[in-house]
Amino acid sequence: MSTARLWRENPSRYNLAASKCGVCGKVFFPPRNVCSTCHRKSIGKMEQLLLSGEGEVYSYSVVHEAPSQFEMLKPYVLAMVRMDEGVMLTSQLIDVDPKEVDIGMRVKTTLRKVGEDGPAGVIYYGYKFTPNP
Amino acid sequence: MREVAIIGVGDTKFGELWDMGFRDIGIAAGLAAVQDANLAAEEIDALYVGNMSAGRFIEQEHVAALIADYSGLARDNIPATRIEAAGASGGLALRQGYLAVASGMHDLVVVGGAEKMTDVGDTMAAEIQSSSTDQQWEVTFGATFPALHAMIARRHMHDYGTTREQLASVAVLNHLHGSMNPKAQFQRAIDLKTVLNAPPVAEPLGMFDCAPSSDGAAAVVLCAMEKAHKHTDKPIRILASAQASDTLALHARSDITSFQATRVAARHAFKQAGLEPKDIQVAEVHDNFTISELLAIEDLGFFPKGQGGKAVVDGQVAIGGKVAVNTSGGLKARGDPIGATGVAQVVEIVSQLRGTAGKRQVAGARFGLTQNVGGTGATVVVTILGAN
Repeated sequence: MSTARLWRENPSRYNLAASKCGVCGKVFFPPRNVCSTCHRKSIGKMEQLLLSGEGEVYSYSVVHEAPSQFEMLKPYVLAMVRMDEGVMLTSQLIDVDPKEVDIGMRVKTTLRKVGEDGPAGVIYYGYKFTPNP
Repeated sequence: MREVAIIGVGDTKFGELWDMGFRDIGIAAGLAAVQDANLAAEEIDALYVGNMSAGRFIEQEHVAALIADYSGLARDNIPATRIEAAGASGGLALRQGYLAVASGMHDLVVVGGAEKMTDVGDTMAAEIQSSSTDQQWEVTFGATFPALHAMIARRHMHDYGTTREQLASVAVLNHLHGSMNPKAQFQRAIDLKTVLNAPPVAEPLGMFDCAPSSDGAAAVVLCAMEKAHKHTDKPIRILASAQASDTLALHARSDITSFQATRVAARHAFKQAGLEPKDIQVAEVHDNFTISELLAIEDLGFFPKGQGGKAVVDGQVAIGGKVAVNTSGGLKARGDPIGATGVAQVVEIVSQLRGTAGKRQVAGARFGLTQNVGGTGATVVVTILGAN
């Protein structure tokens, strides 16, 4: 993977940059240039929005078979989280006993190392979730 | 639009075919279909090939030209086109062939699907398969193809009370069907305990909730109905072909316990065919995971939302039940060579409607359906077939 491919996503991976339709108010993450409801009426009217980072678990899985780059982490909890702004994100849920995880659990994002682009490539960072009691 | 018939089918055994390469399996299925249709090569107008990722599995792109070449059709310089929509590549290739004949552009078309997955290791095969989901915003963060389906299962259990045992029953039934299919990858029946005690892959799904990596190919010959009787006494009609899309990432949907693309494609297909779900006696659905079969039988309208698990346990999708589902063994037991799967589903339904399915024959099957899914439901193709 080229460094640029990761670098150009930094605003969303680091700061949860999303977009909001200026017509209907629907929020998208990652940001989109056109709203899937308002179509052409939304062109030029998509506004940037930074997500608060807080939300609740919509669904989750404990992953035992993982790609090579997550080998050291397994088993790990993967979750889909509905953010308080209404949009959903997928990432790992960490610093938690997998047995304690449940649908509806309050969580918040935290900045962590997400992966490495091979043994000699860049290390990249992004959001993971932790419990938010 | 003209009526379109299937006049020939062919497939290879699915499994770990160490002694066969991509071109071997592709040609074996294609030749079998052409022989079944009693054709001369000169009569073929065009070739469509469903394939997900030959570029990553065998480092070979441009595979439609390759198949045309090794089947001897390149000498006639016919158009050969590869179609890709992840797991729905085969179903979509069939739809492109169908449209070409229905439109009047071509009279006689061969549609194949092929994937050679075992030339790479298991971990690499899983990574390639996961590229059918959102690589940047799901996979990068640790999502795997099984994990995304596990989250669908978890939510389905939460919203509808679906149980682990109901999920496991899907695998038990499809292995039973596979035990009657000499071309299936797994031909051994299993019990509930085997599924429940298997090592976890992505909880709540274990090893026996997941379809395997497979090599294999399947092919069908399509012909304008008005010319089909020249080739066969038993043409099978394509009564409907429908396709729908949805968001690439699962998290971009408001509800993940249903595939909206299946619902929309099914609605269009039943309308085109002038049929209802209760008219279908036999169906091949995309059970790449046990949960996927529950979603399919609910979203296709065979059972009410949330009742899929109960229907499986009650024997309603077994041979002799309300609608026989995955008589081939499905992706779980027959195997899942990704690009071949959608075409292989159609091959099974044609056998059922011809009455040649042997031990797994559904008595009195007149109408059959296939549902072929790409990714986590971002592409769905539904096809309805009828005995003539």
